[in-house]
Amino acid sequence: MNQIKKLRHGGIKYQTANGKILIQDVHVIDPSQKLDARLNVIIENGKIGKIAQDMPQNFDGEIIAHKEAVLFPGLIDMHVHLREPGREDEETIESGALAAAAGGFTAVACMPNTDPAIETQEVVNFIKEEAQPLLVNVYPVAAITKRREGKELAPIAEMAEAGAVGISDDGTPLMNAEVMRRALEYAKMFDIPVLGHEEDSNLSRNRHMHEGFYSTKLGIPGIPSVSEEIMVARDIMLTEYTGGRFHVCHISTRKSIDLVRQAKIKGIPVSCEVTPHHFTLTDKAVESFDTNTKMNPPLRSADDLAAILDGLRDGTIDAIASDHAPHSIEEKEAEYIYAPFGITGLETAWGLIVSELLNKKIIGLKDVYRLCVVNPRKILNIPIPKIKEGELADLSLLDKQISWRLCDLPGYSRSKNTPFGERVLTGRPLAVINKGMIFRNV
Amino acid sequence: MEFRVKAKLVTSEDLRRIVTRLAHEIIERNRGINDLVIVGLLTRGAYLAHRIAKKIEEIEGKPVPTGDLDVTLYRDDFRTRLKQPDVQVTNIKFQIDEKNVMLVDDVLFTGRTVRAALDALMDFGRPNRIHLAVLVDRGHRELPIKADFVGKNIPTSIGEEVRVKLTEVDQEDCVYLVEAVEEEK
Amino acid sequence: MNFKSGHLLGLEYVDNDDIELILKSTKSFREILDRPIKKVPTLQGKTVVNLFFEPSTRTRISFELAEKRLSADSVNFSTSTSSVKKGETLLDTARNIEAMKIDMVVIRHQSPGAAHFLALNLDANIINAGDGAHEHPTQALLDMVTIAEHHKSFKGLKVGIVGDIAHSRVALSNIHGLRKMGAKITLCGPATLIPREVERLGVDICYNIDDLIADVDVLNVLRIQLERQDSGFFPSLREYHQYFGITRERLEKATKPITIMHPGPINRGVEISSDVADSEHSVILNQVTNGVAVRMAILYLLAGGEHESN
Repeated sequence: MNQIKKLRHGGIKYQTANGKILIQDVHVIDPSQKLDARLNVIIENGKIGKIAQDMPQNFDGEIIAHKEAVLFPGLIDMHVHLREPGREDEETIESGALAAAAGGFTAVACMPNTDPAIETQEVVNFIKEEAQPLLVNVYPVAAITKRREGKELAPIAEMAEAGAVGISDDGTPLMNAEVMRRALEYAKMFDIPVLGHEEDSNLSRNRHMHEGFYSTKLGIPGIPSVSEEIMVARDIMLTEYTGGRFHVCHISTRKSIDLVRQAKIKGIPVSCEVTPHHFTLTDKAVESFDTNTKMNPPLRSADDLAAILDGLRDGTIDAIASDHAPHSIEEKEAEYIYAPFGITGLETAWGLIVSELLNKKIIGLKDVYRLCVVNPRKILNIPIPKIKEGELADLSLLDKQISWRLCDLPGYSRSKNTPFGERVLTGRPLAVINKGMIFRNV
Repeated sequence: MEFRVKAKLVTSEDLRRIVTRLAHEIIERNRGINDLVIVGLLTRGAYLAHRIAKKIEEIEGKPVPTGDLDVTLYRDDFRTRLKQPDVQVTNIKFQIDEKNVMLVDDVLFTGRTVRAALDALMDFGRPNRIHLAVLVDRGHRELPIKADFVGKNIPTSIGEEVRVKLTEVDQEDCVYLVEAVEEEK
Repeated sequence: MNFKSGHLLGLEYVDNDDIELILKSTKSFREILDRPIKKVPTLQGKTVVNLFFEPSTRTRISFELAEKRLSADSVNFSTSTSSVKKGETLLDTARNIEAMKIDMVVIRHQSPGAAHFLALNLDANIINAGDGAHEHPTQALLDMVTIAEHHKSFKGLKVGIVGDIAHSRVALSNIHGLRKMGAKITLCGPATLIPREVERLGVDICYNIDDLIADVDVLNVLRIQLERQDSGFFPSLREYHQYFGITRERLEKATKPITIMHPGPINRGVEISSDVADSEHSVILNQVTNGVAVRMAILYLLAGGEHESN
């Protein structure tokens, strides 16, 4: 029978999937196994059993049936901020992983701007240990430089060996090109990517939203697009020069996307990700002065959003990643110029993917597979789960139809800083299965 | 709220005669026009005041200082009104200290407007005395206020209203008695 | 015609009818300032708090006088002597003051949206006295009242605004208010101080002050702050004065008399020279008087009666 596993910090959230589970008559998508049809999938002892078009007779386990659902190999969010160690009031590894599970993800990659930063083997190990009993796989991204100061390289080799899947100073741009060059060369040895937060801090200092008509109208100093673009251009050139692998985090402007597109045509190993808020909102949203419209990179213009949709369609953009950035109420409930950048994203990502991309026919389900299952894992060199008999079950079951709002639910993230709380979303994550455990959204 | 005209109580000829009579009465009570100043309550009280002033000037051969007073800012229903009433511009270009002020309004009803006018006048200075002249007194006082000069006494009931029309703002010169009509649902 | 929301957060949000109502009502309140007893009992029993997080003597005094002339109880709160230094948040400061049962808050703050923030979180009527570089609606209204004293109509009136437009809430509020009344606005200043895409607000841009002077009815001269020179927006105040300063020599080339305005305080010899500031075409002091009247009108219009909740 199913047993209930208690977690160290209390709370009963995951159930073991040791018995038999039948996921009945859902749309199963796994292009690597040429699967794109309504099928029945049996899971037994944490592994995938029979996959068949016909319903199994006399099934003696738990049946999960949901007509409007799709079953993917586990989705991954490759850019989240878990605030542990340092700001456990905002988020812990456990609460962040729960939020990920509730969001339909079985894996996340977490950024190193914790306190202390992920800049030593000890911190990498700490995170892995904390994450070990959780359903969701947590892959640490290590800092590029000591204390993320942008001056001296951190012990990258040690951290890669301990399990870091990439390096990044995310949150802060790496302004010194010489240091970035060395990082690209060094990381090459371990075949881990450099994940870049692209911003020129001289152009962006003391600025709080996108520079354009709305920043002019609202009197808020704006961050020009060119701040991101010149760094993207610089880092693409450094990547070409050094032969390393580079990934642009949270890409946000038309020119940045064009630069990545051109680089790919030339065969330079550059990839990029986009956040759900960047394919949903523009700088016009700041008119409300709601600090949940404040993040970095900022919400950009309508033209940039159009370029993002094009980039998703034509494959220039490799991944969707939320940049989940929890902040406490006291910090966000402040005047616009004093509030910190960042919004949560794990629990609303799928709803926005369905409402803004699938239902508007920008991309299809096969693209979701590419953007949320495969590409992020390719970039981070992580094994890609398969829906195949005998494989470990690592699955995301997602509904495409239900209308819902995050504010009507308790929510699993410790922080509530999102502009999408009261937005009606279409498509709700139903359950995730991984490591012999299942999590269900109520 | 719809209103229905019940009667025309004062015609334009009547109005002309009333203005003449009031002018004479005022001059008589004041024993001339020394130290007399006239202040009319905006809007129709002010037009009346100017008519009376003109008549007095015709009679005595000398002009009488005349001003307009807006009492909106002194009203006592400020806190209970749903909408801010529009303020108008007070125009009193003379001193009222030690003068005999003739306050002029079109209709005297509860007396609250006159109370507000008295407060306003006190902020302009310390007059010798204040008299009140009205075109119509319709009764139903809620404060101890009385008019010294009355054009016409028109007893009314609560559902009725007195409507003064003056050509400076309306198409005609007259006074109607109207009553509220229940709207057909 | 009513301020339905119960707040004055900016002229972007005020419709034409309400702007006209304010301009009209201001006349009544202006008249009170010429009386021997400059007081009316209208706001008796109402309490207004002046919450000034940015130093400002003249705007605060102007509001304070407006409140007192309406017989309201006026309370001042400024950050130099306050709990904010002890780390209290804006929200807590405002809530604490509201708990003392006040009716209206006049707020000046360095962050755009600070007035919106209070309007969202308090029950009191909120008046924006300047939020960062966003809006300063009462300043623009008093500018418009002053313009109306010297020009018959706003329609087609050519207004020039000169100076540090990018950091100017006065400029933004004036643009909203004047455009709604049909005026034609041209902005002038160093290119580094003209904000991006500002033409989308329906204004023209000009970098040559002499060209502007040749064809304008009203000139609103903005203050140049020393900090802008320090942050590298232009090389020196001297150069600014040479290329954009309003001097008598420049004005002599005007084809018609220009109404000269300035929100104050004036940097004599920088954006405007003394002989211009003190000339017969300068209405700077009228602006100050009108400022009290406009603020009385706003307090009056917001204070009475019911308001729709936002």
